[in-house]
Amino acid sequence: MNELSPKKLTAKDFATDQEVRWCPGCGDYAILKAVQKTLADIEADPANTVFISGIGCSSRFPYYMATYGFHTIHGRAPAFATGVKLANPDLDVWLVTGDGDGLSIGGNHMLHVLRRNLDLQILLFNNEIYGLTKGQYSPTSRPGTRSPSSPTGSVESSLNPAAFALGSGARFIARTIDTDQKRMPGVLARAHAHKGASFVEIFQNCIVFNDAIFADFTDKAVAADRQIFLEHGQPVTFGKESQFGIRRTPGDLTLEVVNLEEQGLTTDDLLVHDETDHLLATMLVNVSGTEGFPVVLGVICCNPGESYDTQVSTQVEAAQEAKPNADMKELLYAGSTWEVS
Amino acid sequence: MATNLAQSQASDGSDQIASSVDSELESVVIRFAGDSGDGMQLTGTQFTHSTALMGTDLATFPDFPAEIRAPAGTTFGVSAYQINFGARKVMTAGDEPDVLVAMNPAALKVNLDALKPGGTVVVDTGSFGARNLTKAGYDENPLESGDLSPFNVIELDISKMTLESVKEFGLSNKEALRSKNMWTLGLMLWMYGRQRSSVVDWLRGKFAKRPEVADANIAALNAGHAFGETAELSGDLGQRTVGKAEVQPGVYRTITGAESLALGLVAGSKLADLNIMLGSYPITPASTLLHQLANLKQHGVVTFQAEDEIAAICAAIGASFAGSLGVTSSSGPGIALKTEAIGLAISTELPLVIVNSQRGGPSTGLPTKTEQSDLYQAVYGRNGDAPIPVIAASAPGECFFAAIEAVRIATKYMTPMILLTDGYLANAAEPWPIPDFDTLEPFPVSFVEANQEDFRAFRRDETTLGRNWAIPGTPGLEHRIGGIEKDYDSGNISYAADNHQRMTDLRAAKIEALGRDIPEQGIEQGDATGKVAVVGWGSTYGPIYRAVEMARAEGLEVSQIHVRHIWPLPSNMEELLSGFDHVMVPEMNNGQFATILRDQFLIDTFNVNQVNGQPFKVSDLVARIKELA
Ligand code: SF4
Repeated sequence: MNELSPKKLTAKDFATDQEVRWCPGCGDYAILKAVQKTLADIEADPANTVFISGIGCSSRFPYYMATYGFHTIHGRAPAFATGVKLANPDLDVWLVTGDGDGLSIGGNHMLHVLRRNLDLQILLFNNEIYGLTKGQYSPTSRPGTRSPSSPTGSVESSLNPAAFALGSGARFIARTIDTDQKRMPGVLARAHAHKGASFVEIFQNCIVFNDAIFADFTDKAVAADRQIFLEHGQPVTFGKESQFGIRRTPGDLTLEVVNLEEQGLTTDDLLVHDETDHLLATMLVNVSGTEGFPVVLGVICCNPGESYDTQVSTQVEAAQEAKPNADMKELLYAGSTWEVS
Repeated sequence: MATNLAQSQASDGSDQIASSVDSELESVVIRFAGDSGDGMQLTGTQFTHSTALMGTDLATFPDFPAEIRAPAGTTFGVSAYQINFGARKVMTAGDEPDVLVAMNPAALKVNLDALKPGGTVVVDTGSFGARNLTKAGYDENPLESGDLSPFNVIELDISKMTLESVKEFGLSNKEALRSKNMWTLGLMLWMYGRQRSSVVDWLRGKFAKRPEVADANIAALNAGHAFGETAELSGDLGQRTVGKAEVQPGVYRTITGAESLALGLVAGSKLADLNIMLGSYPITPASTLLHQLANLKQHGVVTFQAEDEIAAICAAIGASFAGSLGVTSSSGPGIALKTEAIGLAISTELPLVIVNSQRGGPSTGLPTKTEQSDLYQAVYGRNGDAPIPVIAASAPGECFFAAIEAVRIATKYMTPMILLTDGYLANAAEPWPIPDFDTLEPFPVSFVEANQEDFRAFRRDETTLGRNWAIPGTPGLEHRIGGIEKDYDSGNISYAADNHQRMTDLRAAKIEALGRDIPEQGIEQGDATGKVAVVGWGSTYGPIYRAVEMARAEGLEVSQIHVRHIWPLPSNMEELLSGFDHVMVPEMNNGQFATILRDQFLIDTFNVNQVNGQPFKVSDLVARIKELA
């Protein structure tokens, strides 16, 4: 915390004087609010916090955060973040990206930053469309999406971001919804607490080019029946009266939805969420939102391992300790030398 | 047949001069050539090392195939290492070898054309069997056909003698034959009176975990040496003396361009008081720098082998943003991929050193061959008006100082900058007088201190126009930067028309400011006015130096100008060039620097261009100078 301003910061203290330029009604506003609240909640030090983004609507984010920020180039934010953390591992780095920036042009960097387990928080705003370039289909758009570049419908299958992250070796994966102001700060705080790469997919409504694309599970009327919010160590239930649940299909390596009352089951029969279970995470992200299954939200997996930046620093420190007097002269004279007089 | 080596090395417009005393040579050029698997690069490097330790000046030219393990015995698998060493200042690896060591028929076939008429060929007859002859594309054995009659041919069954010398170590036939290169090295060391001890030390170190292999290699080395000593060889294969060079006193080491570059970057970072963060992706011939720096963690160097070229530079820029010295290194194709990020570094005004070890292009081109054809790319190759300083290193040891200059410019002017080297410089070795680090002028950077009143990220130094460097982690200076046009003062996004004009002008003015801070262009040799100025840049320094020296010895009115600061050009450049009737520009490209000179100064240039993957021959340059002088 900045020594000169010991007062506890509020969400407002994390807002800049810059005019926010998203379209009115864009889901990004809600995410911005939740992130500012999260930083206040976790008592983040603005001086030590860096927001890094690529290009796209979501990537304007750093300009609105009263921290350090770097709005970089399309898709490359993970690489910039890597350099920042290698230069100063003590910095707290948040990466803001979208489905086009992070999974299309920057897919390769996303894969590797997750694989390496760099210590940062990745917020992937998934709106299933290219917003800033005016509405073309994206890698997460559903097959058949009609857009200016796919007037007769996209013929590409869509990418599942959480499954991609899991396949890339991510050790922390969570999901949340832009409008879920109640639970998003908690999810983001969890992402922050995890040391290593934390991947958070945020379903974000693009009101202009892809409005209501997530309405089938975000609408108030259906939300309870169409969403599961996972909690570690708790049985997986959903529905207004928690009347539904998920269990491992007896005798099969799959998951199934059950109706407790109708099937005469209790919560003891249900799946208990284990964040550290990689196989379970794989099943959850793959069944999520498919026919009959609700969309899985919350912390899907959290299985910490040593972070990349820590390991790099450890090696550098070990080398420095082994050769505490390494100076330029020693380096210049390394190997065989001879004297000419 | 019995031409004396010494007599064959008359002054003939090349960088090889012999004295008139029999077997007392002023300089000699040897080319070791063999299959990629024959260890020719190691043989050459070890011969070089041993030669340097004796106080002889030298220059080398390693020339290897693009294939890592081409099929054995084929011409495209031939690897060669040329060394020119002598009793005077040696500037190039030599136009034509005096001695060719050919370990197999393919090596003979590929390299025979280069050999000086009357030169000596040492061949391993043991590898001239029918199979190898066919693989090399010989219908007839060249040792019998008379093809070699213009040369002294020394036929030795090196394979057999090597096998005999290592018999006692119980190695397999295949493994035993690997020592062939050491046997040959032993013979050549004997021939030129070089010491074996440095090679022995090196073998012990290299094979510390397999002492029997070290022993076998040492035995082969000694056997080759003993062969020379005891076989009563004379005449063609007699011992020769190469005198010591009259070089400036001091402590020396051998150094390649890649080594010198790594040392220079570390030295620059220490002078700037920063840690290095190198982002790099493997590419020939630039990877050596990554390897070198990866070994210097004790100096606070962090290396990041990125997933691709783009990530490599982006990480380096991120590191600079966070207060390290960001460095990225690649070759032409990789630099092309980095282009967008270079623009961001220009726009956000962050220091960054971009090293391009140039190779033959376009596209994948000739990865292992040298060229200077990325100059347009460096000076012009970006979207938008995006000026960037460019400097070029001219010799292996000089890479050290060029790297320091690059760090100085990048940090003082808050700008990315490009340092050009090439494949030849990266791999070539030379003896290097070790500089005294303590005499180098430090240029420590100062980050903006915490909690400045009225802090603005894009306020700048009035003279250099370098902006404030305020790094994350500093309380009270929180700010945002990015690639969208920024307000001149605050650095906030600005789409204002006037502001963009002002920022574009500012980026150009920064380069002009740097132009006032670089040394005036000097003259390497000759007068400040005259008939011909030979203007070069980069690794052509050696051949141009020798060519001008020779032309001047013949009384021609020619001067040498060698440019380090390519962009901006030194402020006196125009005036300097105007003092000459002709400006000759030799380049290993199709005339790129000449374009810049013509564009900047509206002058005519006489272009000498070569893109055959080889350094210029001194004799060719002398001939071209004579056309003008
Ligand atoms: S285009 Fe869509 S995503 Fe972009 S700001 Fe507008 S509503 Fe938001």
